[in-house]
Amino acid sequence: MLSDIFTLSMKNLKHRGLRSWLTLLGIFIGVAAVVSLISLGNGLQTAVSSQFGISSTELLSVQAGGISDFGPPGSGAVDPLTTKELEAIEKLSSVKRAVGRDIVSAKLEYNKRAVFGYATNIPSGDNRKFIYEQIEAKTIVGRLLKDEDVGKVILGYNFYTDSVGLGKKVVPGNTVIIQNKSFQVVGILEKKGSFIFDNVAYMNEDELDSISNYGDKIDIIAVQPVNKDEILKTKEDIEKILRKVRDVKVGDENFEVSTPESSLESVNAILGGVQMFIVIVASISIFIGALGIVNTMTTSVLERKKEIGIMKSIGATNYQIFLQFFIESSLLGLVGGFVGAAFGTLIGFIGVLGINSFVNSDLTPSINFALIFFSLLGSFIIGGIAGIAPAIRAANQNPVEALRE
Amino acid sequence: MKKGEGKSALIELKDVFKYYYMGDNVVKAVDGISLKINEGEFVAIMGPSGSGKSTSMNLVGSLDVPTKGHIFLDGEDISTFSESDLSQLRGQKIGFIFQSFNLIPNLTAKENVMLPMTFQGVPIEEREIRAEELLSLVELGDRMDHYPNELSGGQKQRVAIARSLANEPEVILADEPTGNLDTKTGDIVMHFLDRLHKQGKTIIMITHESELAERHAEIVYWLRDGKLEKITKKKKEKKYIDGEFKKIVKGRR
Repeated sequence: MLSDIFTLSMKNLKHRGLRSWLTLLGIFIGVAAVVSLISLGNGLQTAVSSQFGISSTELLSVQAGGISDFGPPGSGAVDPLTTKELEAIEKLSSVKRAVGRDIVSAKLEYNKRAVFGYATNIPSGDNRKFIYEQIEAKTIVGRLLKDEDVGKVILGYNFYTDSVGLGKKVVPGNTVIIQNKSFQVVGILEKKGSFIFDNVAYMNEDELDSISNYGDKIDIIAVQPVNKDEILKTKEDIEKILRKVRDVKVGDENFEVSTPESSLESVNAILGGVQMFIVIVASISIFIGALGIVNTMTTSVLERKKEIGIMKSIGATNYQIFLQFFIESSLLGLVGGFVGAAFGTLIGFIGVLGINSFVNSDLTPSINFALIFFSLLGSFIIGGIAGIAPAIRAANQNPVEALRE
Repeated sequence: MKKGEGKSALIELKDVFKYYYMGDNVVKAVDGISLKINEGEFVAIMGPSGSGKSTSMNLVGSLDVPTKGHIFLDGEDISTFSESDLSQLRGQKIGFIFQSFNLIPNLTAKENVMLPMTFQGVPIEEREIRAEELLSLVELGDRMDHYPNELSGGQKQRVAIARSLANEPEVILADEPTGNLDTKTGDIVMHFLDRLHKQGKTIIMITHESELAERHAEIVYWLRDGKLEKITKKKKEKKYIDGEFKKIVKGRR
């Protein structure tokens, strides 16, 4: 019996016009958004992490208050870190090495054009090697900077492909003007897939000071602990000494020491926000999609009033009529969910491949069958719920009135 | 109406009223009708438009319930039935033939004939066999997989006749069966109704064409303003048996 009604519903669906299918757009978008979001999964995390330059798992970073929290404007580094703090941290017994990093915005001129980008310092001596290791610096052409280089600079990958807007690609040997000072380019770094690393001019510390008059200000202090298993203890040590140096009480810190975990946490917080947003958009479109199904089913009940009358006259009970429209509506939802899941999986696939080529990762795109199953089930149920009211309306048609149409 | 008393009638209307209330106006569509229809009779209900014949058909066909009075089908008072019981009753005991054919457009001829059996839970194999037999009976064996819009008016009405027979109903209720057809195709349709009648089916035809009613029906009930005006009868014809036809009409169950 049920299978017969099911067949009837299928036949009716087959004869549906384009308009009915268009009302499924909401379900389609919602399911596609959720499926693609989940399919992207840790691909998104990889992409976002790389954007913030978090690659090392064994470094602590120290920043003046507020910055890494993406706090409200004004809570930024009003009281920046200086060499005083750097020296204090270096002296700690649990700290193997502490390196100050500056990143300044700078005007860069070449080919008679100017762009605004970033310039950052490369420390000298032993720390140079350490930083090169940490950022996995390799040149695609030319060479890396050395201690004895003067008036030399290496540039991020984007200058080499001219995606920064200079109108001409920069190669080793060219001269660029940074903050009105001439530098010779000696090397271009490999692509990192990060807007920070790929747009930056790297120069020796003294030269950065000379163009930025940064003085003894430091943006970030990268800290390598003696024992990476005791990274939390190192963190506490740093916090203790900084409270003393900067003369603040517990709870009033105007600086922040982040471990790789906490950096990852803040990335996840961002991701969580993005995911929440997508889920909200998806929920709204699924809700609108459900309303669309209610609408198209109601229209269908009105259009097929006579048909309902005929079916009642040849013996269909109210329940059988209800079931026919209810199943039809569920199937409508299922179709929307199916197309959405297929499309979402495709987006997830392409997205993962895109992230791979963008940040040089090697994530494997995969098809999540459980996810597809549940999104199909979900859209089937949503279709069914949306169909209840129209189906009741169909079932309660008075046969005499319906036949008179 | 003395005749038929004693033996119980297949259909009996007892002081049936059907009023429609439209604001302050009361439309007395059926205003106190009593009649009996016995098994095997070919009855016509005649009347001009607005005479209450359509409402009577709805009442007899259990599509509607009376405002007042009783309707008995096979001895059961259907005026007290619930909607779903009425649906089941219609499906089992009444075969409808409508003026505008009323086939389901999304279903083929065969599927249309199968549909009443679907609602009664007849297994699919049995439905298919019976639908094919019935369509052959109305000489549409070669049109079974056609959709209604691929059939002529006369063919559609023959599909409707086949459909009305699907569940071996007690009564065929034909509402202006030739109303949308030209004379020639109308005659073909009436020929099938005559044949069914000769096999012993009870047929109630609603029409406004007196000529049609008098030519085919044994008893004609004339309605006017919701009341029974007169009854005319003609002599019963002798029934004859034609083998295969009867077997199919009666069904195999």
